[in-house]
Amino acid sequence: MSTVDRVRVQERSLGWHERANERIRQSERLRALLLAGPGGLWLLLFFLLPTAIVFAYSFAHRGPYGAVAWAFTLENYARLFDWLYIRVFLVSVWLALLTTLICLVIGYPFAFVIARSPRRWRNALLVLVLIPFWTNFLVRTYAIMLLLRADGLINNALQWLGLIDRPLSMLFTPFAVVLGLVYGYLPFMILPIYASIEKFDFTLVEAAQDLGANAWHVFWRILLPLTLPGVLAGSILVFIPSVGAFVTPDLLGGGKVVMIANLINQQFLTVRHWPFGSAISFVLMAIVLAATMLYFRIGETRRI
Amino acid sequence: MSSLATAQPATTVRKKRRFSFGWAVLNLNVLLTFIFLYAPIIVMSIFSFNASRQMQVWMGFTLDWYARMIADERVRVAAQNSLVIALVSTLVATVIGTLTALALERTRFRVKRMYEAAMYLPIIVPEIVMAIALLVFFNLAFSWLDQFFGLRLNFGLGTITIAHIAFSFPFVAVVVRARLADFDRTLEQAAQDLGANEWQTFRHITLPLLMPGIIAGALLAFTLSIDDFVITFFTAGVGSTTLPLEIYGRVRRGITPDVNALSTVMLLASIVLVLGSLVFQRRRSF
Amino acid sequence: MNRQELVQRWIRDWQQGQLSRRELFRRATLLGLSSFALANLFAACARSQPTPTPASTEASPSVGAIPDYVDRSKLDKELNFYNWSEYIDPDILTEFQETYGVKVTMDTYASNEDLLAKLQGGATGYDVIVPSDYMVSIMINLGILEPLDYSVIKTIANIDPENLKPYYDPDNTYSVPYMWGTSGYSYDTSVLGEDLASWKEVFEPRPEARGKVVMLDDQREVIGAALMYLGYEINETSDDALAKAKQLLLAQKPYVLAYSSQNNDDLLVAGEALIAHIWTGDALMSEQEKPTLRYVIPTEGCTVWQDNLCVPKTAPHKYTAMVFIDFLNRPDVAGRNANYIMYGSPNKAAREQGYIDQEVLNNPGVYPPPEVWKRLQWIKDVGEEGALKLDRLWTEVKTG
Repeated sequence: MSTVDRVRVQERSLGWHERANERIRQSERLRALLLAGPGGLWLLLFFLLPTAIVFAYSFAHRGPYGAVAWAFTLENYARLFDWLYIRVFLVSVWLALLTTLICLVIGYPFAFVIARSPRRWRNALLVLVLIPFWTNFLVRTYAIMLLLRADGLINNALQWLGLIDRPLSMLFTPFAVVLGLVYGYLPFMILPIYASIEKFDFTLVEAAQDLGANAWHVFWRILLPLTLPGVLAGSILVFIPSVGAFVTPDLLGGGKVVMIANLINQQFLTVRHWPFGSAISFVLMAIVLAATMLYFRIGETRRI
Repeated sequence: MSSLATAQPATTVRKKRRFSFGWAVLNLNVLLTFIFLYAPIIVMSIFSFNASRQMQVWMGFTLDWYARMIADERVRVAAQNSLVIALVSTLVATVIGTLTALALERTRFRVKRMYEAAMYLPIIVPEIVMAIALLVFFNLAFSWLDQFFGLRLNFGLGTITIAHIAFSFPFVAVVVRARLADFDRTLEQAAQDLGANEWQTFRHITLPLLMPGIIAGALLAFTLSIDDFVITFFTAGVGSTTLPLEIYGRVRRGITPDVNALSTVMLLASIVLVLGSLVFQRRRSF
Repeated sequence: MNRQELVQRWIRDWQQGQLSRRELFRRATLLGLSSFALANLFAACARSQPTPTPASTEASPSVGAIPDYVDRSKLDKELNFYNWSEYIDPDILTEFQETYGVKVTMDTYASNEDLLAKLQGGATGYDVIVPSDYMVSIMINLGILEPLDYSVIKTIANIDPENLKPYYDPDNTYSVPYMWGTSGYSYDTSVLGEDLASWKEVFEPRPEARGKVVMLDDQREVIGAALMYLGYEINETSDDALAKAKQLLLAQKPYVLAYSSQNNDDLLVAGEALIAHIWTGDALMSEQEKPTLRYVIPTEGCTVWQDNLCVPKTAPHKYTAMVFIDFLNRPDVAGRNANYIMYGSPNKAAREQGYIDQEVLNNPGVYPPPEVWKRLQWIKDVGEEGALKLDRLWTEVKTG
C-alpha cells in the first residue's frame, strides 16, 4: 500500500477509534448512572438531606423548652473538649475494638467451616446463624441477663460443678456489655467473611501444601490476604454499630457503663438539648469515618 | 498435582493428621459458637412456659402465656406489620445495595470517592440521630407536598419502610462488594469473547457467582429491619406499630412471658422454614 | 355448675382470703371473662352482702349508657389514643367502643421524652395523650395542647381535690389527672427488718445491702432523692447543693448493683437486689410476687408524680377526645382501670364507691395519709442552665 493510502487508512481508523471511545465512555457513564443512581438517590433524599438538617442543628442553640433555637454558635463543639466527654469516647472505642477483635477470632473460623461445608448445607447454616436474630432484641438481651445474673443459670451451673464457691459478678459490668455486643454483631462479621471465603480458590491451598507450606502458612500467607476484603467489611460492620450502641450498655451494663450513644440519647431525650446531641453525633461520625478510611487504606496496601 | 502427592505418601499422611486436628478445633469452634448463639434463645423459650409473671424465677409449667399471646391482637398486628415491612425493605434494599456495589467496584465516575464515603454514613450515624433527622425531614416534606401539590401523605408503614431501606442497603452493598473485590474477571471476559453481550454475561455468569454474597446481604437486611427500634419509633404513624415497638413499650411495666412465647413461635417458624428449604434444595444444586 | 356460679364461688373464696386476687383474675381470664364482666359480678356479689356503700352523688351514669350532655351527632367513628404501654385496661377500650360506637386505636410510647420528641418533630394524628406532670408544663409552654372542654368532661367532679389544680396547670385548663404515684423505695423485710424509713438506707446502705442497691435510671429522680436526703428541695440547682449531692452519689456508687427503671422490680423479686428505688406501680407488682417486700415513702420525702390526660392541638377528633376523657373518669371505669394498672387513682368517687381493691386502698404506700402528702415534692422544670448542670452531674456520676 502506498504511504498516502496508509495514512488515509490510519486516519479513518483513528476516527473510528475516537468514535468508539466516545461511545464506550458514554455507555460507561450510563452504566454508572444506572448502577449508582438508585442508591445515590435514596441516600441523598432520605439520608444526606436529613443528616444535613441535624448538622445544622449542631451549630444552634437549645430552645427554651428543648429542641432548637436558630442562632449560630460553636459552643456545642467547644463543650466537648472536656475530659468527661473525651473519656466516654475513649471507653466506647475501646469496647468496640474489643468486640470487633473477639468477633473476628470467633467469626473467621466459623465462616471458614461454613464455606467449606457441602454446598446444599451452606445456606441453611447461614440462616441458622441468623435465626436467633429474628427473635426480638430486647427479649434476647433479657435472656442473656438471665444467664449472667448472680443467681442465674451460668453461676448456678458453675457452683454446682464446684468450680467456684461464690457467684461471679458478671452482669452489670463491662464484661457483660462486650458479651452482649459480640452476641449482637457476630453475624455481621460472619456473613461478609463467608462471602469472601466462599469464592476462594482452594486449589491455591493444595498448591501451597504441595510446596511444603503448613496450615499456618497457608492461612497467614494465602487465605487471609485474599479474603481480606471480607475481613475488612466484617470489621467495619461490627466496629461501627458497636461504637454507637446504647441499649446493650444500658441494660447489660446496668446504667454503669456509659457509651457515646447513651450520652447522645441523654441529650436528645432527657435534657432535650438537640444541638449538643447533634454535635456529639457529628464528632462521633467524624472519628469513625476517619478510622474507616484509614482502615481501608491499610487494607489496600496489604493486598498482594 | 495428585501425582506429586502420591510420590511422597509419608508427607501426605502427616499433613492429613495435622489437618484433622485443625479441623477438630474448627468444628469445636463452630459448635461452641452455635451454643453461644442459641443459649439465650433456649432460655427464652423455656421461660415462655414459666408460671410466673417475672422472668427471673421458675415457678412451674404453664401454657397460659401462649394463650394470652394468641388472644393478644396488638401483638398479632405488630408481628404482621414487622414481617411486611421487613420483606419489602429487604427486597428493595438488596436490589439497590447490589447495584451500588457494582457501581463502586465496576465503574468510574468523578464523585466516586465521595459517593463511597457517603454510602458508609448510614452505617456510622447513630440511630437516634438518623431517627430524628428522618422525622423532621418527613414532616417538612409532607407539609411541602401538601402546600404545592395538595398531596396529603402521612407517617405510617410507608415511612418506616423507606427509612429501613435507607439504613439497610449500605450493609448489603458492603457485603456484596466484599464478594466483588478480587472477582475473577476472566470468566466474564471469556463469556464475552464467546459472543455474549453485557446483559447475558451479567445474568448467566456474574449474577450466579455473586449470589452467595447477595443472599448474605439480603439476610442481613432482613435481620436489621425486623429488629429495628429507634428509627422505627420515630418514623411510625398512628396505628402502625411493629413488634419491637410493641415490646419495647411494655418494658416499662415489665416484659411478660407472652413476649417470650411469641419469640419462641417465631423461632420455630423460622427453623421449620429452613428445614423446608433444605429439603427443597436437595433437588436443585445451588 | 355453670360459669357464673363457678366465678361467684371463686369470688367468695377470694373475699374469705383463700384465693389471691391475682389467682382469681387469672382463673377468670382463662374462663374467658373480661374484666368488665368480672367487675359486674363483683358488684353483684357486693350488693348481695350487707356492706354499706356511700350514696353516689356524682355524675355517674349507669354502666352502658351515654350521658345526655354528650352530643351524639358530633362523635367521630374513631379515636387515636397515645398512651404508655399497659397503662389502660384493654376491656375499657372495648367498653367505650360498645357504648359510644367509637373505635379506639392505641399506640404506645415508653417515656415522656419520646412523646415530646415525636410531637415536636411534627407527628400528628393523636387525639389523647398521657404526659406526666413536668411534661404537661413544658407542653403548655410550647403551646401544643388544646384547652379541655368541661361542658363534656363533667366527670372531673369525681376527682380528688388534692389531685386537682396542680402547679403545672393551676386551673386544669389543659389536663385531667389520670394516675398518680410516688417514687420511694422498696426493700426486703425478711433480710433488712421491718423498720426502714429513711433515704439513708439507700445512700449509705447497711453491710448486708451493699452491692444490692438498685437506683432508678433517671437524672431528676436520683439527684432529687440525694438532694432530699441532704435536706434540700428536690428542684435545687445551686452549685453548693449539687456538689454535695455529687459526693454522696459517687460514694454510693460502689454499692449500687445497677441503675435501672425497668428491671428494679425483677431484681427485687429475684433477691439480687435488697433495696430498690422504685415507682409505686412497680412496687405493688413486686409485692404481689414477693410479699416480704415493703414500699416506703421516706421520712425526708420523695417525688410525687402524676400522669394526665391531654389533647394535642393537632388532634383530628377533638370532641370525641373530650368524651373519652369524660368516660375514663366514671367511678366504675376509673376503679377498674386502677385495679388493672395498679397505680394510684385520683378518682375519689371510685375510691368511695368501692370500685377499687380493698388491699390496694389500705396500702399507705399507694394512698398515703394526708400528713405524708406534705413530704411529697413535684419535679419541676429547672430551666436551661439548671438542666445542663444536672446533666453534667449525672454524667459524672454514671461515668465515675
